[in-house]
Amino acid sequence: METTTAQISTEWKLPSPRKVGMITLILTESTLFSIFVVAYVFYIGKSLNGPFPKDVLEIPWLASICLFGSSATIVMAEKALHRKNRAAFHGFWLATIALGAIFIIYTGIEWYHLIFHDNLTVSTNLFGSTFYALVGLHASHVIVGLILLSCVAISSLRGKLHEDHTEHVEMISWYWHFVDAIWIVVLLVVYILSVHAPLPPGVS
Amino acid sequence: MANVTIRIDKDLQDLPELNTPTARPGQEKGALTGWIQDLLFTVDHKKLGLMYICSGLFFFVVAGLMATAIRIQLAVPRNDFLDPDTFNRFFTMHGTAMVFYVGMPILLGAGNYLVPLMIGARDMAFPRLNAFGFWLFLFSGILLYSSYLVGPGLYAAGSAPDVGWFAYSPLTAKAFSRGSSTDFWTLSLLMTGIGSVATSLNIIVTIICMRCKGMTLMRMPLFVWILFVTAFLVVIAIPPLTACQVMLTLDRFLGAKFFDTQGGGDAVLWQHFFWIFGHPEVYILILPGFAMASEIIPVFSRKPIFGYPIMVAATVMIAFISLGVWAHHMFCVGMTSLGNTFFVLSTMLVAVPTGIKIFNWLGTMYGGKIRMELPMLFCIAFLFQFLIAGLTGIMLAVAPFDWQLSDSYFVVAHFHYVLIGGLLFTIFGGIYYWFPKATGRMMDKKLGLAHFWIFLVGFHVTFFPQHISGILGMPRRIFTYDAGRGWELWNMISSVGVLLQGIGILFFVVNILWSLWKGRKAGDDPWDAWTLEWATTSPPADYNFEKLPEVRSARPLWDAKHPEDPDWRFE
Repeated sequence: METTTAQISTEWKLPSPRKVGMITLILTESTLFSIFVVAYVFYIGKSLNGPFPKDVLEIPWLASICLFGSSATIVMAEKALHRKNRAAFHGFWLATIALGAIFIIYTGIEWYHLIFHDNLTVSTNLFGSTFYALVGLHASHVIVGLILLSCVAISSLRGKLHEDHTEHVEMISWYWHFVDAIWIVVLLVVYILSVHAPLPPGVS
Repeated sequence: MANVTIRIDKDLQDLPELNTPTARPGQEKGALTGWIQDLLFTVDHKKLGLMYICSGLFFFVVAGLMATAIRIQLAVPRNDFLDPDTFNRFFTMHGTAMVFYVGMPILLGAGNYLVPLMIGARDMAFPRLNAFGFWLFLFSGILLYSSYLVGPGLYAAGSAPDVGWFAYSPLTAKAFSRGSSTDFWTLSLLMTGIGSVATSLNIIVTIICMRCKGMTLMRMPLFVWILFVTAFLVVIAIPPLTACQVMLTLDRFLGAKFFDTQGGGDAVLWQHFFWIFGHPEVYILILPGFAMASEIIPVFSRKPIFGYPIMVAATVMIAFISLGVWAHHMFCVGMTSLGNTFFVLSTMLVAVPTGIKIFNWLGTMYGGKIRMELPMLFCIAFLFQFLIAGLTGIMLAVAPFDWQLSDSYFVVAHFHYVLIGGLLFTIFGGIYYWFPKATGRMMDKKLGLAHFWIFLVGFHVTFFPQHISGILGMPRRIFTYDAGRGWELWNMISSVGVLLQGIGILFFVVNILWSLWKGRKAGDDPWDAWTLEWATTSPPADYNFEKLPEVRSARPLWDAKHPEDPDWRFE
């Protein structure tokens, strides 16, 4: 008995608060997203009037590839930071920001087209309400992610990113992976599932 | 990982820094401005905890006065004390405030104050996030109540929300709720929800990452365990509420169709989303009550808690099941019989872990040397009253029974037995138990006994008759009723009970003020308790512990006081 307690008092390590905090944040964000996903799925095919998903939605291949690619570049950036290769870190980090920016610009163009060309707004029909709510919630997370990524880029370029900030950088990359993972769900539900869903009865 | 170990190693060197006056903003200024500045800028978990609890008690008095006005209106048939619109606003604000601005802050405050002390930490993991959560809560409460000040509002019929605390669609649609009253409700709950999630995230991280040496998970006090589970429930259950409020705001301001039946939307979806939050919320409120009872009952029975691991398992089980019972609030909307059956069974399943807890508390008391101090009295009353609440809960879980009594006063009686008989009594017990720790003074026992007995009688006189008027068919939320339905007597008794409750609360307020001023000095450990918060001074210093403690069993103070017979020998 004495030996076990002695062991405990010499070795007492607990997980890092940042990591546990980020995991909890991701958990709570996931439940937030799941409600919007449920609302979207529940209302598939229940819009009373068009435009319907299959009329106006096109799978955003380029934007998706950019966003998924940014998950890869951010991992490369982290590895470069661990190797203390600042030049490579800057390169991959700025590439991540660029890929995220392409994604958000694409979303902007898509929305512009939907609003002014297809006349789909939040108040047009249930599809519009649920689409803009879900995709907008995700886009707002991308924007928050871009702001965080830019903060790191700016402080690193000014030489203010130190050794003990490695974990901060890692946390931002966890958040970025989470935003990417949510996009998989949005892509499947919005751009694939609802496009192939049957129209409500009586609508041609 | 390295950070935490370093912090523990360096703990003594940190102290002088913490003690210097410059470390506390505003201390060097005049006493009053310094004190106010300290409250505004503090990130100390004890101050924030007490601020949470004090604001919660303030809202308790406000929302309690609203309930009193409701009961005066209902005392006799065809009363005109309140007009119908005011009545609707009063029950909406009473319900909303009691859940979000009384229950939540007092429980988060208790968690804030006690969790770091109980696990032997200097503060929460993220002190600034903690302050953020508190101020969001306080400002959202002020926002909600400021709805009364805007009067007719910018364009007609502003004033307080009048859609009930669960704001069923389509009452909240722009067509039926003109002006901005519903928006006050929506925005303030959005704000306080974010604050609660922030504070709960903080509690989770604190419990996982800030425990002192040797404080393994299964050595944590049950209070900490239950707060841990509750914080997880908050983190999972509040986002659906946030999502609801976002959708409702989109509906109201941008013409979205989420809950608009004319646009193909589904009003029942609001009920599903709201209760996916709303039912776990009930457990978010009652579990911390269990937590306090689980600390108080062992100390005043002079026995360790009976079946500690089972209590932990039962808590986790309650939290888990509570995520799958929401639609028992909705038996009347016409679900499929499969849906009804599922929610009947899952609801009844909650009774199992809850029953386990009640038996474990009784097992703790059995054969113990029970001291009838005030905290224990409140906990014993809690056991009986919560049992009644549980029994009516099982009755209401049966769908055909619920079809008869849904939205009747029977339901009102049921959940007031849960939230007052269960939760408020344990909160009072907790306040009598930890007041000496927070202030350094004991609360007066005679005033406390008067509070206990008058409030106990008042509570039962108010709410027991509501079971009967409910069975006799009285719906909730009606502003008046005709004579001759057999409801008069029960309503009159119920309203008289409120007077008694009010007198009881008056004794409580007087007791707090008197004890703060002239209470007997408490010393560090007035109850001869076993958990770490009693190991430090009363009130604890800013840094909580002079030297961070090291723990070898679930009752570290017992070990310290009884070196000849320590608990860790049996672990």
